[in-house]
Amino acid sequence: MSSYKIIDHEYDVVVLGAGGSGLRAAVGLSEAGLKTACISKVFPTRSHTSAAQGGISAALGNMGEDDWRWHMYDTVKGADWLGDQDCIEYLCKEAPRAVLELEKYGVPFSRTEDGKIYQRPFGGMTKNYGNETVQRTCAAADRTGHAILHTLYGQALKHNTEFFIEYFALDLLMKNGECKGLIAWNLNDGTIHRFRSHITIIATGGYGKVYYSATSAHTCTGDGNAMVLRAGLPLQDMEFVQFHPTGIYGHGTLISEGVRGEGGYLVNSKGDRFMEKYAPKAKDLASRDVVSRSIAVEINEGRGIGKDKDHVHLHLNHLDKKVIEDRLPGISEASKLFANVDVTKEPIPVVPTVHYNMGGIPTNYKAEVITMNGSTKTVPGLMAIGEAACVSVHGANRLGSNSLIDLVVFGRAAAKRASELIKPGMKHEEISQSETDKCLDRFDKLRNSKGSSPTADLRLAMQKTMQSKCAVFRTEKTLKEGVEEIRKSFYGMDDISVKDNSLIFNTDLVETLEFDNLIRQAITTMDSAYNRKESRGAHAREDFPKRDDKSFMKHTLSWCDGSKTKINYRPVNISTLTNEVQYFPPQERVY
Amino acid sequence: MVQIRLPEKSKVKKGNYYKDKTGSKNLRKVNVYRWDPSTEENPRIDSYEVDMDNCPSKVLDILNKIKNEIDPSIAYRRSCAHGVCGSCAMNMDGKNGLACTKSHSEIKGDINIYPLPHLKVLKDLIGDLSTLYKQYESVEPWLKNSKNISEKENLQSKEDRAKLDGLYECIMCACCSTSCPSYWWNGEKYLGPAVLLQAYRWIIDSRDEDRKARLKKVADELKLYRCHTIMNCTNACPKGLNPAKAIASIKKMLATS
Repeated sequence: MSSYKIIDHEYDVVVLGAGGSGLRAAVGLSEAGLKTACISKVFPTRSHTSAAQGGISAALGNMGEDDWRWHMYDTVKGADWLGDQDCIEYLCKEAPRAVLELEKYGVPFSRTEDGKIYQRPFGGMTKNYGNETVQRTCAAADRTGHAILHTLYGQALKHNTEFFIEYFALDLLMKNGECKGLIAWNLNDGTIHRFRSHITIIATGGYGKVYYSATSAHTCTGDGNAMVLRAGLPLQDMEFVQFHPTGIYGHGTLISEGVRGEGGYLVNSKGDRFMEKYAPKAKDLASRDVVSRSIAVEINEGRGIGKDKDHVHLHLNHLDKKVIEDRLPGISEASKLFANVDVTKEPIPVVPTVHYNMGGIPTNYKAEVITMNGSTKTVPGLMAIGEAACVSVHGANRLGSNSLIDLVVFGRAAAKRASELIKPGMKHEEISQSETDKCLDRFDKLRNSKGSSPTADLRLAMQKTMQSKCAVFRTEKTLKEGVEEIRKSFYGMDDISVKDNSLIFNTDLVETLEFDNLIRQAITTMDSAYNRKESRGAHAREDFPKRDDKSFMKHTLSWCDGSKTKINYRPVNISTLTNEVQYFPPQERVY
Repeated sequence: MVQIRLPEKSKVKKGNYYKDKTGSKNLRKVNVYRWDPSTEENPRIDSYEVDMDNCPSKVLDILNKIKNEIDPSIAYRRSCAHGVCGSCAMNMDGKNGLACTKSHSEIKGDINIYPLPHLKVLKDLIGDLSTLYKQYESVEPWLKNSKNISEKENLQSKEDRAKLDGLYECIMCACCSTSCPSYWWNGEKYLGPAVLLQAYRWIIDSRDEDRKARLKKVADELKLYRCHTIMNCTNACPKGLNPAKAIASIKKMLATS
């Protein structure tokens, strides 16, 4: 038994994560008068929302006619019919209000001639149920996420949200299947903190770092997802990993879809604009899974660029310099820094790069976490929002600019639901000491690991396995190998080595705890992918090239205990929330 | 004559030397400031021989290589790795910047890496930015607009929006403030370039109704007028912003209002 001094806190609500969704929830909770703690392992403005570039979708209709029902149709189709349509209806209907709210908070959106919020075209966003392109993506140049994140942090300060910054969350506190709070480690002074709360909202983002090459930040390790797994709850649709078509070749830095929205296009080594072949109507603005697969096919068939023929070119050098300067300044800077390319003169070398996790903690449209125990039911005291959650509004493939809107719509929904469920100052229940002991035993064991495998080596092996066995195209063979190989990295933890056993800013231990989180998600991703024998959205099986609605129009749920997983399925919600819109039945998905 | 003596624990000592084990012919020596608060020891400079044949182009890549392959105990902040989150601000080759955007090829000779200057060090390259964050909070970085209740968005002309360019992009990495001698000496009271740039971002926003009060709030001998246009801030900004100009604009608005 380890002995750590524990500092106790009591809050009505604890929000874990201070990116776009966590901050939006915290603002709403503070407004509702609930005593709220917002815990984050990085200072709020360092969260990965800051890296979102192109924009935030909402049918405002500032640049021509638009309708939230069209947005809903596009999202359902983008999701390849794996999204829950009640949730998608909620997202798209609430989107305009959420964006206007951000504007009033002070987000410096780019503007139209008449002073309204500027909107640009984006992949898969169309008019009148799949007809022509619509301009729906609201932008602050190509730094929309940065602008939103900083503004939301300001709002949280305005509402006196209590922050616990550079605290690393360890585990949830559970009692009889209900969440009662969490335990976190304060990196600043090395102390352990136990937060008791009536509701815990997980807003920890995605887990892109299970892959070797990703646009994700170093800190995108899905810590909340792993905490949920360790609490004996399932994650949903983990096999759906989005590859962004345009990460800078060799470095992985994101080049916004906004580049293609503003008129940029892709070419292969023959100089062909190959997207015309794969998506005759939408061309370079087809949805991301389609464009990424098209690039992969071009490369696989020998039409890649460079000495290894392993990437393609993204041109924007034909665009007006003024457009580049006004609307794409950030990607010009990134291209110069990481590809040494002057975008006004040369194309950018790009390759599909891991970008977003459609899967995560299953919730309903009120952000309440759900699980399956016989039937589907909510987990009292636990909510999830943002990329950590799987609502599911993105289904098998998310449309560009639908993630930022997801953050604020469901961040707000979580705050709203929490203020319905609890009243300020309600009394807290006692939690058994064994929950704390279990958590700190794991912490202490990792802290004192004296094996011979450095965390960095195990992490690299995991990342290489995911990159080679669970990529854009998958087969029975690669996945089967992946299922076995990924467990080697897990068993490697028996011999893990942590050199630093101090408690203040021990980043060696932080990364080891993050690896422990990542590997569980890597295992569930691989196993979920192996079990889905069809192609849908971002999950492309070469051996099962068609979508199979009869067998697989259902959500994968995966539990993970150590290296063992349990897979089950939950039906997709096929009814809408209200009768303002009709259910969109599955169709063939062409762009 | 006055004798000035540094406290014993502030002396930076020579630390460990990590010799190359890869056999590479293309090595660079990287000297890194180390301090562990959990020991009683002085700060030290550890030196690492790094194989540059298998190292990408930025200083952050070198640090990652050291952490992954040589010494996992080294502590620094990092996240996005492409210059938008502001985590990896540090002093490299005597100049503040982001490790993820600074190319090591720009540095001649040994590569010297220190924390941002004049911050309390928490561990190794990690500095304490809590004062700066409190100062940021003090400028009330949120939009104040009484018409904010209507359903419609605030309209803003393209020209008015353009006034926010060069300001809203600030990533609060603190490279500017920690390069400013005035901020070194009066960091508790002088707001410093990062926070003043942020203050100006709200002063100049056409949607904000609180301009007068905002100006009045910063119009203070210490908060604002400790800026002596040394311009280190503008020179240090890894995003190419110009905090000195923002400060000058505030001073000008005060002088002409």
